[in-house]
Amino acid sequence: MSKQRKAVALVSGGLDSMLAAKVVQEQGIQVEGINFFTGFCVEGHTHAIREKDRSRPKRNNALWVAEQLGMKLHIIDISADYKDVVLNPKHGYGANLNPCLDCKIFMVHKALEWMEANGFDFIITGEVVGQRPKSQRADTMPVVARESGAEDRLLRPLCAKNLPPTLPEREGWVDRERLHDFSGRSRKPQMALAAALGLEEYAQPAGGCCFLTDEHYSAKLADLWRARGERDYDLDDIMLLKVGRHLRPRPHFKLIIGREEGENNFLEGYRRRFIHLRTLGHTGPLVLVDGRVDRDDLELAARIAARYGQGRSAAAVEVQVEDPGGVLSTILTVAPLPPHEVAESWHV
Amino acid sequence: MSRHQLDARNLLCPMPVIRTQDRVATLAPGDMLEVFCTDPGALNDIPAWCRLNGHRVLETRRDGRDVVLVVEVGGEER
Repeated sequence: MSKQRKAVALVSGGLDSMLAAKVVQEQGIQVEGINFFTGFCVEGHTHAIREKDRSRPKRNNALWVAEQLGMKLHIIDISADYKDVVLNPKHGYGANLNPCLDCKIFMVHKALEWMEANGFDFIITGEVVGQRPKSQRADTMPVVARESGAEDRLLRPLCAKNLPPTLPEREGWVDRERLHDFSGRSRKPQMALAAALGLEEYAQPAGGCCFLTDEHYSAKLADLWRARGERDYDLDDIMLLKVGRHLRPRPHFKLIIGREEGENNFLEGYRRRFIHLRTLGHTGPLVLVDGRVDRDDLELAARIAARYGQGRSAAAVEVQVEDPGGVLSTILTVAPLPPHEVAESWHV
Repeated sequence: MSRHQLDARNLLCPMPVIRTQDRVATLAPGDMLEVFCTDPGALNDIPAWCRLNGHRVLETRRDGRDVVLVVEVGGEER
């Protein structure tokens, strides 16, 4: 009796990785999924704290995919090691601060480590030749296999027939003829395959799975690096870039202003780290102050906080200013900043 | 068999699941883990992760802003 072969699939929660895992499962291979958490993931329900996104299903799509396919899923936090990929991408950035090729190499390398530690035989990804401009080109896909160290233990079932046979194909663990030859940006072949496999529901592609491909998010990260005088971040920094309105009225500080209750609640969790402001007597946002501020800066911050609250038309508004942890508290009475005095250039 | 607590408040998806997963890996079959979250998505995600990995959710409840889940550790975790 031949040995039961085992594959580990990189599962993003999107259609391609779902199909890739399913295609290999169909050949009798035991497949388990890995979902890597970088801190920049759009996947999941980061947006669920916002009211306008409440209608979206609050589910983690990678977990949902694993349940649909009946396979285990291991969610692994690689955010600490991933920092070096973001800060020093050997192959450079894409259109924004997205280090896509280095990212793919890194993730496949991490999957390889997991595969070896857990006695699995090969790695599956949902890559398709020509689908992405950086990491999924005919000339960069071999780079991923080589530089990750996975070499021919990396199988891309959706486009395998466009690539040289890998170890699982040569060894007969999987039948190459039952793999696919997809290429290019069209997603019609994937949708047809999903239908053929009986997969009726799947996450719709919606602008990628990483905030670093987003122009506005990348601008906020670049602003953070400029303001701190160094290219560095921690996990809280990058989570906060996903939440609230970010205004930098002075080079040495910025304000993170909750746009609604859900965001205010989330920002509440950071009151121990930042000076924070809230209006008294009028409903208003929670505002975090990121940077070093003096009395004049705090007065300006209070006027801005008042401008985004229900008291924006009042002659004067009381704003409570608290140190991190709420040990020291001051109340400033300020005139809300008129909208035309909120410079466009302040918006990060 | 013992009872443990995990504070996963103010973490966004998938961190509550990751913290649960990592903590469960240190516990013995039959142990119970009470997980406190503020991300309401945890109500879907942690049970899904438990179903996939052979654990049981004994209880879910809301407590103010908190979402609380009680997980019983199964015996199949690698």
